[in-house]
Amino acid sequence: MMDNGQSTGTFRVKSGMAQMLKGGVIMDVVNAEQARIAEEAGAVAVMALERVPADIRAQGGVARMSDPEMIGGIQEAVSIPVMAKARIGHFVEAQVLEALEVDYIDESEVLTPADEAHHIDKAVFEVPFVCGATNLGEALRRIGEGAAMIRSKGEAGTGNVVEAVRHMRAIVGGIRKLGVLDHEELMTEAKNLRAPYELVRWVAENGRLPVVLFTAGGIATPADAALMMQLGADGVFVGSGIFKSGDPVSRAAAIVKATTNFKDPKAVAEASRGLGEAMVGREMGDLSEGEKLAARGW
Amino acid sequence: MLALQGDVREHVDILEKLGVEPVEVRDVEDLEGLAGLIVPGGESTTIGKILVESGLLDSVRSFFYKGGPVWGTCAGMVLAASATTSGRQPLLGLMNALVERNGFGRQVNSFEKDLEIEGFEEPFTGVFIRAPFFEDVGPGVEVIGKVGEKIVAAKGENILVTAFHPELTDDHRFHEYFLREVCKL
Repeated sequence: MMDNGQSTGTFRVKSGMAQMLKGGVIMDVVNAEQARIAEEAGAVAVMALERVPADIRAQGGVARMSDPEMIGGIQEAVSIPVMAKARIGHFVEAQVLEALEVDYIDESEVLTPADEAHHIDKAVFEVPFVCGATNLGEALRRIGEGAAMIRSKGEAGTGNVVEAVRHMRAIVGGIRKLGVLDHEELMTEAKNLRAPYELVRWVAENGRLPVVLFTAGGIATPADAALMMQLGADGVFVGSGIFKSGDPVSRAAAIVKATTNFKDPKAVAEASRGLGEAMVGREMGDLSEGEKLAARGW
Repeated sequence: MLALQGDVREHVDILEKLGVEPVEVRDVEDLEGLAGLIVPGGESTTIGKILVESGLLDSVRSFFYKGGPVWGTCAGMVLAASATTSGRQPLLGLMNALVERNGFGRQVNSFEKDLEIEGFEEPFTGVFIRAPFFEDVGPGVEVIGKVGEKIVAAKGENILVTAFHPELTDDHRFHEYFLREVCKL
């Protein structure tokens, strides 16, 4: 939108917002008190949602966008950016979140999808979107739809980092592979990735995604966060890992510390000391196919 | 480059193109021998907290007060101020100025705008992201850019601040300006 010589909602402003979050931790919170704890611990943003993924798993049912009242309460409580989730394909939830002036919308597989064939056309919104991806092709499809930030999907609410590792390796490895292909091979690779050719070419030439790449899904400890950073993440989303642990205040600060100093094992060791119990984890083999959230979306 | 959190790589890429050698500052020792320090965009509360915990808050202050040149973009401008309108958070306090955080509103109000900058012949495209502005400045601070009445670029003896992000553009004039006018390189 152009007004008074000022253009809002440009892609540079949307993707730039995510660039400011790099090196930081974004924490899931379900009320104003948790949001304040997150801000105090050094979070760069909070994700406002009704139930953390571990509870969505435990309680079942349809998971939807959060109550605007709750989102408003969190916006009042903190000065850092507030993000919120919309269901995959539910563009009206996204319109509502934009009207509430949340700072970022996560079109998220953690909520129950509203459309099994289509994702939201994100380019038409002024508010930026982050989307999950399990591999490079999926990441580029979402960017093609207008996503201004990508995160690995991982397997949210399990406290098990294995899927986040798989997805980060797939995305980062896919980027490395593009770098050694010649021009003829790029079109074929775009076909194999089922991704827009122009974006495939951009990634091949620049050696990275055109937007910021965070990681999410199963991060529960400071060492998990540092692992994901060393695997190439620009920053970390932590969902259930903080507020489902024994001592959320200390764990939140510790994960921030480990993310800042991810290359320094001594600092990660120091951050890991005496945090009490981590959240109870789930083994992937124990999840039924229907319970796997990463398979939602395409 | 203060490399605790935020858009560090964007600044580093431009500095390399301009032929200077960027150093990522994470510890107190990294400050030694620097010709200048850039405090990037990011979350000012997060960077402020890490500055305190790492001991860098005092070291950056003494770097500055011994004449070390500093440039703060967005969060860096917040941290450079001596006070915020919105209450307590750790600040470097390098510039006599009162800062309004997120002064243009939330992300949906983030914008780009061509700005007239004192000392620049052509307008500069400012990318404002949840940007701050200076509500008021004290003696020794020269205002070099405004949006309406809001101060979005200012300069002191050995300091430069911008509420917007020159590092998100392909226009390197502000980086050249910092190196030439503030670092005297």
